[in-house]
Amino acid sequence: MYPASIVAEAAANGLLTGAVYALVALGLTLIYGVLHIINFAHGALLTCAMFAVWGLGTLGVGPYWAIVLLVPAFFTLGYALQRAVIGPASRGRDSNVLLVTLGIAIAIQNGLLALFRADTRTLAGSDAFDVVTLGPMLLSRPRLFGFVGAVTVALLLWALLARTDTGRAIRAVAREELGARLVGIDVPHIFAVTFGLGTACLAVAAGLLMPSYTVNPRAGEAFVLVAFTIVVLGGMGSVMGAMLGGLLIGVVESLCGLFLGDSLGQIGVFVLFILVLLLRPAGLFGARA
Amino acid sequence: MRLWPVLMLIAVIAAVPLLTSANTVLNFVAAALIVALAAQGWNILGGLAGQLSFGHAAFYGTGAYITAVLQVRWGVNAWLGALAGVAAGAALGTAIGAMVFRAGLRGSYFALVTLAFAEVLRIAANAAPITGGAAGLLVRLDPAPANFQFVSRAAFLEVALACVAAVLLLTLWIGRTRFGARLAAVRENEEAARALGIDPFRAKLQAMALSAGITAAAGVLYVQYYLYIDADLVFGTGVSVAALLAPVVGGVGTVLGPVLGGLALQGLGQAARLAAGPVPGVDQVVFGVFLVAAIAFMPGGLANPRGRA
Repeated sequence: MYPASIVAEAAANGLLTGAVYALVALGLTLIYGVLHIINFAHGALLTCAMFAVWGLGTLGVGPYWAIVLLVPAFFTLGYALQRAVIGPASRGRDSNVLLVTLGIAIAIQNGLLALFRADTRTLAGSDAFDVVTLGPMLLSRPRLFGFVGAVTVALLLWALLARTDTGRAIRAVAREELGARLVGIDVPHIFAVTFGLGTACLAVAAGLLMPSYTVNPRAGEAFVLVAFTIVVLGGMGSVMGAMLGGLLIGVVESLCGLFLGDSLGQIGVFVLFILVLLLRPAGLFGARA
Repeated sequence: MRLWPVLMLIAVIAAVPLLTSANTVLNFVAAALIVALAAQGWNILGGLAGQLSFGHAAFYGTGAYITAVLQVRWGVNAWLGALAGVAAGAALGTAIGAMVFRAGLRGSYFALVTLAFAEVLRIAANAAPITGGAAGLLVRLDPAPANFQFVSRAAFLEVALACVAAVLLLTLWIGRTRFGARLAAVRENEEAARALGIDPFRAKLQAMALSAGITAAAGVLYVQYYLYIDADLVFGTGVSVAALLAPVVGGVGTVLGPVLGGLALQGLGQAARLAAGPVPGVDQVVFGVFLVAAIAFMPGGLANPRGRA
């Protein structure tokens, strides 16, 4: 057994990682809540954002400044993808949307592979291992920044959904598409805005991840499988559920890694995912199925 | 669907080894037939029963690994290993289907959970000692018909074609049986099917077992042709994608679709690799774009180009 301080430290660091997982999951759950589709391109888009942060980093732009540049860029990218590709190509059939996003994912992921090869790249300098002392625990500083950033974005997103006209329109479309159309909401526009917001979350996540993680053409995949788990765990389409689920998964993964070792910890997330789907498909926090 | 187009397609493919003995051509057709068989399996579940699986690599890899492990570790005869591989694939399909359909998962959820099962198997095969871990498994070269290995590529081609032809006829036949009608009813509207007295759970489970067995057979052919496998080659997402892409391009739920799609994709991938040179991933980029384009512009697929949306 490990002493309590080590376990507490692992749990706290898991919590920090979990916040960034939650941010990735937030984008996914937002898109699911409104468009009722699972966006299989989410992972590839995250990888894309991580490469963009890395690219800007090699030009001398720090990862946190890169977020400022990339959020509008990725919002636009997401908006355009939904408006110009996913929407028209799928002609309103859910099974088509699944396949179209899968096609986009394959194209982006392998496009990155063709451009950057399979090499792993990093921006992490000596400050990647900086720690902050909090009582008896040592916490990774880049991940502490990640936690603060992720929580801030979640609050901003919540405020946008709750307080603005666009947010109200998004919630209206999520609740009742036909009704929203009848009161004059431009539904294809709202779909694209939602997709853009979900994609913009990835730009933030990428900026928060890159100081302590590496990127290769398959990097996003790992995060997104975790994010799928979180979204299912938190209840598809629930923003609050995604936040709580993300933190929970971060802690579980960190503790699994501590007690079981890394390779088994990797399987742990999938097994948890399958179990949640089979036993509680509506999610632990009881949102609608 | 009438019988003569099916027989014609079989005859055209069978004629290839008679017309040429060029290895590049024979390799091309063999690889396309393996993909086509995996896709035919996917098509039973995804096309006829309407359950889109994103994880058919789970069955393909199971067929491949069971066949290879039995031969390499215990010296079991390759044909017996092949039978065991197909049976194990069908059993895995039944087990996963029983859990997943019992839990009532469909649509996006079904796609996600099948993907997760394939990933669990990939990670396990990459780590377990019995599967050779990340180094993979090499089947000993010993060409003899009794070992399911052939000196001539044409002979392997005939075996692969026999499998594909059998599934073509099976798919055609299912379309004319009550089983086929039950699957179509479940695909179009599960609640309505239930109201008609159909047991959707049973129908989907039967489709999944059959589908998994056929895709496992494709994995078996892969091992016996290339004599080497590793976790990414047979359990990787690339396999799952190929198995669903061929029917989508060729025509989901059609008899000829998976085979036409398999041949078309193999040609497209080959052309992309030739055009781009040694750049990794280019063929997959083309597949991704083609998948989107096929759904946007060719909803009925190659088998049904003017088809219904």
